[in-house]
Amino acid sequence: MSALQEIVDTQPIETTPKKYMALGNYASIVVVILLCVAPLIAKNFVIFQMTMVLIYAIAVLALNILTGGSGQFSLGQSAFYALGAYTSAILMEVGGVNYALTLPIAGGICFIAGYLFGLPALRLSGIYLALATFALATAMPQLLKLHYFEAWTGGVQGLVITKPDAPFGLPLSQDMWLYYFVLVVSMAIYVASVNLLKSRSGRAMMAIRDNEIAASAMGVDVALYKTLAFGVSAGITGVAGGLGAIAVQFVAPDSYTIQLAIALFLGMVVGGVGWLPGSIVGAAFIVFVPNIAEHFSKGLSGAVFGLILVLIIFLLPHGSRQIAYTVQGWVHKLRK
Amino acid sequence: MPSLRSQMAAVSAALALTLAASSGALAQKKYDSGASDTEIKIGNIMPYSGPASAYGVIGKTEAAYFKMINDKGGINGRKINFITYDDAYSPPKTVEQARKLVESDEVLLIFNSLGTPPNSAIHKYMNSKKVPQLFVATGATKWNDPKDFPWTMGWQPNYQSETQIYAKYILKEMPNAKIAVLYQNDDYGKDYLKGLEDGLGAKGASMIVVKESYEISTPTIDSHIVKLKSIGADVFINITTPKFAAQAIKKMAEIGWKPTHFLNNVSASVGSVIKPAGYENAQGIISAAYLKDVSDSQWKDDAGMKEFLAFMDKEFPEGNKLDGGTIVGYGVAQTLVEVLKKCGDDLTRANVMKQAASLKDYRTEVLLPGIKINTSATDFAPISQLQLQRFKGEKWELFGDVISADVGG
Repeated sequence: MSALQEIVDTQPIETTPKKYMALGNYASIVVVILLCVAPLIAKNFVIFQMTMVLIYAIAVLALNILTGGSGQFSLGQSAFYALGAYTSAILMEVGGVNYALTLPIAGGICFIAGYLFGLPALRLSGIYLALATFALATAMPQLLKLHYFEAWTGGVQGLVITKPDAPFGLPLSQDMWLYYFVLVVSMAIYVASVNLLKSRSGRAMMAIRDNEIAASAMGVDVALYKTLAFGVSAGITGVAGGLGAIAVQFVAPDSYTIQLAIALFLGMVVGGVGWLPGSIVGAAFIVFVPNIAEHFSKGLSGAVFGLILVLIIFLLPHGSRQIAYTVQGWVHKLRK
Repeated sequence: MPSLRSQMAAVSAALALTLAASSGALAQKKYDSGASDTEIKIGNIMPYSGPASAYGVIGKTEAAYFKMINDKGGINGRKINFITYDDAYSPPKTVEQARKLVESDEVLLIFNSLGTPPNSAIHKYMNSKKVPQLFVATGATKWNDPKDFPWTMGWQPNYQSETQIYAKYILKEMPNAKIAVLYQNDDYGKDYLKGLEDGLGAKGASMIVVKESYEISTPTIDSHIVKLKSIGADVFINITTPKFAAQAIKKMAEIGWKPTHFLNNVSASVGSVIKPAGYENAQGIISAAYLKDVSDSQWKDDAGMKEFLAFMDKEFPEGNKLDGGTIVGYGVAQTLVEVLKKCGDDLTRANVMKQAASLKDYRTEVLLPGIKINTSATDFAPISQLQLQRFKGEKWELFGDVISADVGG
C-alpha cells in the first residue's frame, strides 16, 4: 500500500511536457517500418505473438489514457476487455456479423459500460478506486458463467470463433492478414489517442490529474472529464478485447481473470506511465517475459518473473520512457 | 568354368537379397515432423504458474518418467525429447504455446495438455493442423468425439460417466431418495451435474430436491452445507474439489447431517481429503475410483504400486507421492509409451492416432484391478470403467463390479 501511495503522492508523470506524450517523427517512421516489415521474415507463430503484442498494446494504451492522462487507477480493465471480446465473439458466431464490423460495436458497448462505471467511481480516488475496479475484474468471470446468458456466452465452455481469411483473394496467410489488420487498427487508435491528449479535453484531463481543485477552479467540469476518460479507456479496451478474441479464436471466462488486469497494469508501468509509445514495450514485456522466465526454471517461473520485474522497477523506475529519453539524448549529441 | 559361374550367381543372389532386405526396412520407416531415427519430439502444456499451478506436478512427473525411459534406451531405439511449456491456465497463452510447439519446435504430437478451457482453445487448431492432441488431462466429455475431432483423445474417465454410475446405483438401491447436489460453478462441476441428471432420466430428475453451486474462489462452503441439511435430503452428491470436500465432510459431522454421501472421485484421496476431515467423519462415504490410492494401505504390497513408489524414489524424489497428480502423470505417461512402442518405425501422426485408437485391454498397473484401457476408431475414451467404493476404517473398500459407462461427446 505504501508503494501505491508513493505513486499517488510523487506523481512522476506530472512534470512531463505534453509534446513528450508521443514519439518524434523520425522515430515514429522507423517503428512503423519495422512493424510492417517484421512479419515478412517471421514464422507464422511469431506473427501470431506479434499480433498479441499489438492487441495488448492497445489495451495498455487505453489504461495509459486513464491513469497517465486523467490520473485515475484501474485494476478492472480485464472486465472491459472481456466485454469487448464476448461482444465480438457473440456477434460473429451467433449473429453472423463480419468481424471488422463487430469492433466498433464492441468499442461502443464498452464505452457505455465504462462511462456508467465512471459515475459511481467519481466518489472514489486513488487506492479506493483501484479496489472498486478490482471488484469489477473479479466479478466478470462469474457474470460470464451465469446460466441466464449461457445461450449466448456458451457458459463455462466458452465460444469458438472462426478465423477470418484475407479479403479480395490477397495472397496472405490468415495470420499475416490479421496482423496487418490489427496493425492498422492500433495505429489509428494510437494517433487518435495522441490527438485526444493534445486536445482541449486532453488538457482538461491532465489538469484534473495534476490538481483536481485547481482544475475545477479554472472551470473544468471534473465529473464530466473523469467519466469521459473512463468511457474512452473502456471503449478502446473493448476494441482490443474484440481483436484478441478474433486472434485467439476462443473466448472463455478463464481467459479474463484478474491476472489479465494485473498484466495490463504491469505493462503500463514497464512501458512508462503516461507515455503512450511505451504501451507497445509494456505489451511485449507481458507477452515475452513470462516465456523467458519459464526458460530459466519451470517450478520457479513466477519467482523469476518477479525478480525481472523488481530489477526493471529498480533500474528503470520510469519504464521504457527512460531508455527512450537516454537514446534521444545521444542522438542529439551526435547531431551536434 | 561352371563352378565360378555358380559362385557368381550365388554372390549376386546374396547381394540382391541384402538390397531387397535393406530397401524393405527403409520402406517401413516413415516419419512426420518431430520424429526421426534417433528422436521423438513430444510437446506438452501445463499450468506451472497461475491459479491451477498445483497441477504442474503432472508435467514434472511425466518429464521424470520419460527421462527414465531414455536412460533405459528409449522407445525402439529413439529418445523422447519432452518439451513442456507453461500456459498459466490462460487459454490465450495456451494457443500461443501450442502454436510454438507445432510450428516452431515441430513436435510429433501434443500430449496431456491440462484443463478444459485451455484444451478447448486449441481443439480446433490441433484438428485443422492434423496434429494429435493426445490423452488430454481433463475429464470433460467432449474429447470423445472421433467423428468431428479425429485428432483429439482424452484419457481419464469422463466426469459424466462417474455421476451416471452414481445415478444407476441410486435408482437401484434407493428409488425414493431425495437428492441434494453441491457443485463447483465451472465446467467440471456442470459436467458432473449433467451426468447425474442424464443418469436419473426424466423420472429421476424430480428426485433432485436442491442444487447448490459455489465459486472456487470462496473461502468456505459451510453455509451451503447448513442450507442443504435444512431441506431434508437423504442423499448428498458432493461435487467439490479437495479443499471443499474436506470442509463439507467436517461440517456435516459437526451439524449432525447423515445422508448417504456420494463424493466425487476428484476428492477421493485419503491423504488430502479424508484424513484432514477426520476418519470418523468419513465412515460410509461412497465414491468411485479408477486409480489405486497411494495413501491407502491396502496397496502396500501391490506390485504396480511398488513399481510406482520405486520410480518416485529414484527419478522424482522431490515429488509428493500423496499428491494425486504424480500417479496420474505416471499412468498417462506409461500409456503414451505403450502407444509409441506400438507405432514401431511408422512414426506418422496418422499412425499415432491409429495406434492410440486400437488399445486392447491395456493396463498400467496403477489402475484398479479389473479396469482396462480400450479404444477403437469410434471410441476415444481410453478409461471408461470405474468401481464403487465405500469408506470404512481408514481405507476405501471396493464393492460391486467394475462398471462401464461410455458417454460420447
